[in-house]
Amino acid sequence: MAHYDFQMPITEAQARALMVNDTVSLNGTLYGIRDATQIHMFDHGRKTRFDMKGHAVIHTAPNVKWVGETGATPSGYESICIGTTTSARMERFTRPLMEQCGVRIIIGKGGLFAASQKAFSDIGGVYLAVVGGAAALETTWIEQIEEVDLDDLNPESLWKFRVKDFGPLLVSMDSHGGNLYTVVNKAARDNRAAVLAALGVKSA
Amino acid sequence: MKVDLQQIEEASKEIYIRALKILPPDIKEGFKRLDATETNPTGKAILGTMIKNIAVAEANTNLLCQDTGIPIYNVVIGAGVEVDGYALKQAIAKGCARATTEHPIRSSVVHPTTRHNEHTSCGRGVPVINIDFSDKPGELSIEMIPKGSGSEFNSWLKMALPADGIDAIKTFVIDCVLEAGGKTCPPTIVGVGVGGTADLCVHLSKVAATRALGTACADPEGAKLEQELSAVVNKLGVGPQGLGGDSTSFAVHIETAATHITLNPVAVNMQCHSARRSRATVTSAGIAYGF
Repeated sequence: MAHYDFQMPITEAQARALMVNDTVSLNGTLYGIRDATQIHMFDHGRKTRFDMKGHAVIHTAPNVKWVGETGATPSGYESICIGTTTSARMERFTRPLMEQCGVRIIIGKGGLFAASQKAFSDIGGVYLAVVGGAAALETTWIEQIEEVDLDDLNPESLWKFRVKDFGPLLVSMDSHGGNLYTVVNKAARDNRAAVLAALGVKSA
Repeated sequence: MKVDLQQIEEASKEIYIRALKILPPDIKEGFKRLDATETNPTGKAILGTMIKNIAVAEANTNLLCQDTGIPIYNVVIGAGVEVDGYALKQAIAKGCARATTEHPIRSSVVHPTTRHNEHTSCGRGVPVINIDFSDKPGELSIEMIPKGSGSEFNSWLKMALPADGIDAIKTFVIDCVLEAGGKTCPPTIVGVGVGGTADLCVHLSKVAATRALGTACADPEGAKLEQELSAVVNKLGVGPQGLGGDSTSFAVHIETAATHITLNPVAVNMQCHSARRSRATVTSAGIAYGF
């Protein structure tokens, strides 16, 4: 279990060095992305002007306030509360994000599934777990909303955040087949029979 | 008491924002209880982050969670309260929209097929407004629940058979907790509806999921069942965020209703650890805010 402080973007080798139970903190650029963003990018063929090669994306749709473009708010948006949404709905976008945009890190909550795990192995990437529902804290790790693209999808725009010590985040799916969610899920399912027996369920 | 609709609009705005920022005391107590007994280091660290987040939200007067949810308003109208029901609903919706645009907060509400967001947290049938009546004299209470999608996404209904008995209910609840894993942002309150019609059963599961910790089902049979399930649910090991540990759920809550001789319905709806709710109580003395 090692801790890594990354200045984004990272290389394939850096992504492949990560193992489950390692922790990571990010500095520099982090992209915010959600259901509608990816539906429009990968199903409707919309392009972004952002170069996401080697970068991290977080599954989010933030609370923001339009204050106009200033030195402190170059995107025109001030952040109010930025947190993380459940990743499971966006499973099918992991591979295109990695293949077409060069993304190396996906940050979310609740985990992803087998197709994402394979993409992480094939291309070199990881899934980092952030604590869902801890958005007030997460917001303090974000210095600025630098830019925004596809903003007609607001709040599900493509957000470019500048972050400082964003984490620690837990490596919960790595490029070597390591997956904390499947380990925990299997252990929990192994406990099912004992729990049902304790409840007096006869056919358990 | 004659209800001042302007007051209702202001209160509806205020309780949406308050709900998003201040976690009720019973949930904070629930966190303390889980934190004291969690044995898994990862689970313990995650609970620590969640507890820290509650303090940061209060210190920065910020939202606890980015998900502003689907707004639900539960209205209880007491005895001798005079109010135009249609105008009451309009005032609540207006307060909900004003919270969204004036704070501002993210409007998480879209049309189901066009996905158009009016950026008011309102739309067809939303905010959800449930109206009930009580015998409390001269009091109108409005409870506000911002129901987040992570927990709402995982909702289930099973029309089990009478021959399957109570075992079917217990098994279904446990299987839903397993199926939810980390997706519902555990530790959760597992809300279970038992009986009724299909729609009533699902509604009861939501009532159960959003009930204060430490309260019991009014039906003694439901209370017995929720105690049994609460005692074992944390033996599954799903843990905070589905990453393992003892703290899968704060509690299992059950609400019951009579059902048809041929039916044995059970529904599960969960509330995430950001188990937000707030309340405005309107009397002739004014508005009191609480939980």
